[in-house]
Amino acid sequence: MDELMDFDEVLASFDPTLGLEVHVELNTATKMFCACDNTPGGEPNTKTCPVCLGLPGSLPVVNGQAVESAIRIGLALGCSIAPWSRFARKNYFYPDMTKDFQTSQYDEPICFDGHVDLEVDGRTYGIEIERVHMEEDAGKLTHVGASGRIQDAEASLVDFNRAGTPLMEIVTRPIGGLGAKTPEVGRAYLAHLRELMVALGVSDARMEAGNLRCDVNISLAPKGATELGKRTETKNVNSLRSVEDALRYEMRRQGALLAAGGTVTQETRHWHEEGWTSPGRSKEQAEDYRYFPEPDLVPVAPSAAWVEELRATLPEPPARRRARLQDAWGFTDLEMRDVVGNAGSLDLIDATVTAGASPATARKWWLGELARRANEAGVELAGLAITPAQVARVQALVEAGTLTDKLARDAFDGVLAGEGDPDAVVAARGLAVVSDDGALGAAVDAAIAAMPDVADKIRAGKVQAAGALIGAVMKQMRGQADAARVRELVLERLG
Amino acid sequence: MSHAILTATAADLGARIAARELTSVEVTRAFLGQIERHDGRVHAFLHVDAEGALAQAAAVDARLDAGEVLGPLAGVPLAMKDLFTQEGVPTTAGSRILEGWRPPYSATVTRRLLDAGIVILGKTNMDEFAMGSSTENSAYGPTHNPWDLERIPGGSGGGSSASLAAFEAPLAIGTDTGGSIRQPASVTGTVGVKPTYGGTSRYGVIAMASSLDQPGPCARTVLDAALLHEAMAGYDPMDSTSIDAPVPPVVEAARSGDVSGLRIGVVKELGGEGYAPGVEQRFTEALDLLRDAGAEIVEVSCPHFDYALGAYYLIMPSEVSSNLARYDGMRYGLRVGDDGSRSTEEVMALTRDAGFGEEVKRRVIIGTYALSSGYYDAYYGSAQKVRRLITDDFDAAFAQVDVLVSPSTPTTAFKLGERMDDPLAMYKSDLCTIPSNMAGNAAGSFPVGLAPEDGLPVGLQVMAPPLADDRVYRVGAALERALARRDGGVLTDQIADRWVGEAGQEA
Repeated sequence: MDELMDFDEVLASFDPTLGLEVHVELNTATKMFCACDNTPGGEPNTKTCPVCLGLPGSLPVVNGQAVESAIRIGLALGCSIAPWSRFARKNYFYPDMTKDFQTSQYDEPICFDGHVDLEVDGRTYGIEIERVHMEEDAGKLTHVGASGRIQDAEASLVDFNRAGTPLMEIVTRPIGGLGAKTPEVGRAYLAHLRELMVALGVSDARMEAGNLRCDVNISLAPKGATELGKRTETKNVNSLRSVEDALRYEMRRQGALLAAGGTVTQETRHWHEEGWTSPGRSKEQAEDYRYFPEPDLVPVAPSAAWVEELRATLPEPPARRRARLQDAWGFTDLEMRDVVGNAGSLDLIDATVTAGASPATARKWWLGELARRANEAGVELAGLAITPAQVARVQALVEAGTLTDKLARDAFDGVLAGEGDPDAVVAARGLAVVSDDGALGAAVDAAIAAMPDVADKIRAGKVQAAGALIGAVMKQMRGQADAARVRELVLERLG
Repeated sequence: MSHAILTATAADLGARIAARELTSVEVTRAFLGQIERHDGRVHAFLHVDAEGALAQAAAVDARLDAGEVLGPLAGVPLAMKDLFTQEGVPTTAGSRILEGWRPPYSATVTRRLLDAGIVILGKTNMDEFAMGSSTENSAYGPTHNPWDLERIPGGSGGGSSASLAAFEAPLAIGTDTGGSIRQPASVTGTVGVKPTYGGTSRYGVIAMASSLDQPGPCARTVLDAALLHEAMAGYDPMDSTSIDAPVPPVVEAARSGDVSGLRIGVVKELGGEGYAPGVEQRFTEALDLLRDAGAEIVEVSCPHFDYALGAYYLIMPSEVSSNLARYDGMRYGLRVGDDGSRSTEEVMALTRDAGFGEEVKRRVIIGTYALSSGYYDAYYGSAQKVRRLITDDFDAAFAQVDVLVSPSTPTTAFKLGERMDDPLAMYKSDLCTIPSNMAGNAAGSFPVGLAPEDGLPVGLQVMAPPLADDRVYRVGAALERALARRDGGVLTDQIADRWVGEAGQEA
């Protein structure tokens, strides 16, 4: 186990410099260089063709949709868009890479020189984006053996379904001056990217599914030094929490090393979920990728007019939108945190409010009743078979007195079961509240006849006993009686 | 009957098949028979797909019998360089590393030919991965030149051109990276055209050097080549370097052959020392014939052509080193040493050692070196600058003249084995053809007679600006006509008896 220095001591002696490389898998319909289905999963090697299998003779063709997504990402990160950029070949062997080179952008990326402002604990931190470039993902290896790790595998299975998935790499410039906030800013940056990708609709941005993968670079320099220290690159950190933890760990590990008079080896490191890093490939055997312009592809040259068209499609920046909605809805910070913390609920509540519901009721249904059902069904909130407009309609029926909260839940059942719109469900299931005196009166009379002793008590002035009769009527009417009117009728008859 | 079929032009065979005077099956059988009789000595073919060819021929006959109107070459057989994928048919690129591989898909060119009703006889021999100028680098043994079996048929498409000269096929397909269509055409006395880069699809063509490779037609006559050019060319969305423009009117140009008023530039740098006297003599005579036909002949200088060979031998191997990386024994083709005792890297090394020939290894190593981070600027970077200068030379020249001409090769066919131990001497075979690949323009080689000293074919190269492929054919057709008037036919007629006549039948 590595020696670790106390975090505060690290900061007392060293200035950390942070750098983040984030890979985002795009959710385009087809792959980066061929027409294969780009949706995740499926039986291994079923979503492949000669191009993504790299068969002799096959050639790539750039996916226009991916270029569009790359430009929108760049614009949302405040980048300039290159009027002319090229793909390059990055030559190296890896068993899941079909051509033994990766088609990627090297010295001519499509987006460059961006800027992102992050707010952490009330302070704003500026992050400079060096570049956003396009490349393709590799296939997936499964190591078959006792431990599932490559070291003692009996065999490795290759699934090329993922090979050729469009991948955007977003690279920051070195970020210094963050001090003790370094790990939190790293985390906030990744959270920001995740949110942005979802808002842009370009990626599912699910870290656990590998849609968003982060390589975390950190170096320490003695306080006041002008040169940066040797950095390590912790690969594929795949949760927000892990980004923060990996940074904290590496700072403490490097601090202990340097304080003891040692040096940091420039290397890649692996992140272990238990909260530590271990050395990976050492940069001593630095690979020479022998980059050169990809001769099978023509340059990417988006017109200025198209770029401006795409700029017009950018969504409101997520942080600004959150602040605007919280203000408009009058939610407390705590309430807003719940809304933001529940994947997709902000959009759903926003749409429900737009469809006419009050923010409070929209929030109540989505984070209460519907969140519970999504949870039971094991799906995302947005995956439920109900639209914001339908939720707003149910709420409107409640406010009109047609449904009680309990009946509203029955109405949701019907909509989720695919029985149609709320009105159709209410009609088909006969859910509407009954306030017609004829039907209610008959039920009240029947209840009085069935419970003479209760009736006597009420006649004797014990008005609070009416509850039992109201309950009996409600039961008889399967919950659809207008409780207030039933009470009036009971008291009319026995008063 | 068979004699008449074998020596007929593809245009004539197509017309007679369309008129139902001949069936495609009959014609296909005739060529399969010729291959059977003679290919043991020529070795133009690596794989003969007799069954597949006859099935295609029968299908074409059925379509024609049903009254369908097909292209002018429907039912005509063709020999295909072993570099084009064809679903289910062995494709090896002349290499051991792909021995036994049957592609699961077909190249765009393959599909277009089949759609046009052209019958594919089989795969022709070639230098391994198209690396070579003699077809001696084939892992499956060399091809022999039908003019003299002791001599090379050119390379890398020696198999395709030799199949034409031995009357084993009326049409063939090649690819040209540095001259692999034009150089074999020149030394076998046949016609070969490298279309404008992007004019024919590279999809499904096993890559040597992506920025230079270009598939093109091979034939015994100019019109046949033009008809084949038209059948195979055109925009392909599967190849992003493919040009989205109409195919130049090559057939019209081949039928016309009118060069009156055409300005023809003779490239000063492609001649003189190192060019065989017989080559120069026939070249000069050809210029006279073109002048007589009404063309204006001027001398033009392209000063950077002197550096073309050097730059080519950096760019081409760089792309080779990357394109051939996929042959690692992991996914298809040969695998050596996989007995569980060796690491992935060891299996890869053993496979490549056994699967690749000397020339391929040489180029992979040169390319790997040229692309290495410390040498990139000095080698690959400089070579790209030279490439730009060569293109500028062409632009300047084409501002003055309509086409450029030169000998296609500095010498006639050399003897098998003669240059095998001298790579530099071998590389010089493509001296005249390389500049057009570097610039991506159109070029073709046309037979202009036999060199007096050795009686072997000499070719003349015509180069035209990008997308002016028709000018290449116009000059080729003018030459063919003038020579026919002088000699009484096309050049290969002079060996027809040897391969098709009574002597040929007995051989």
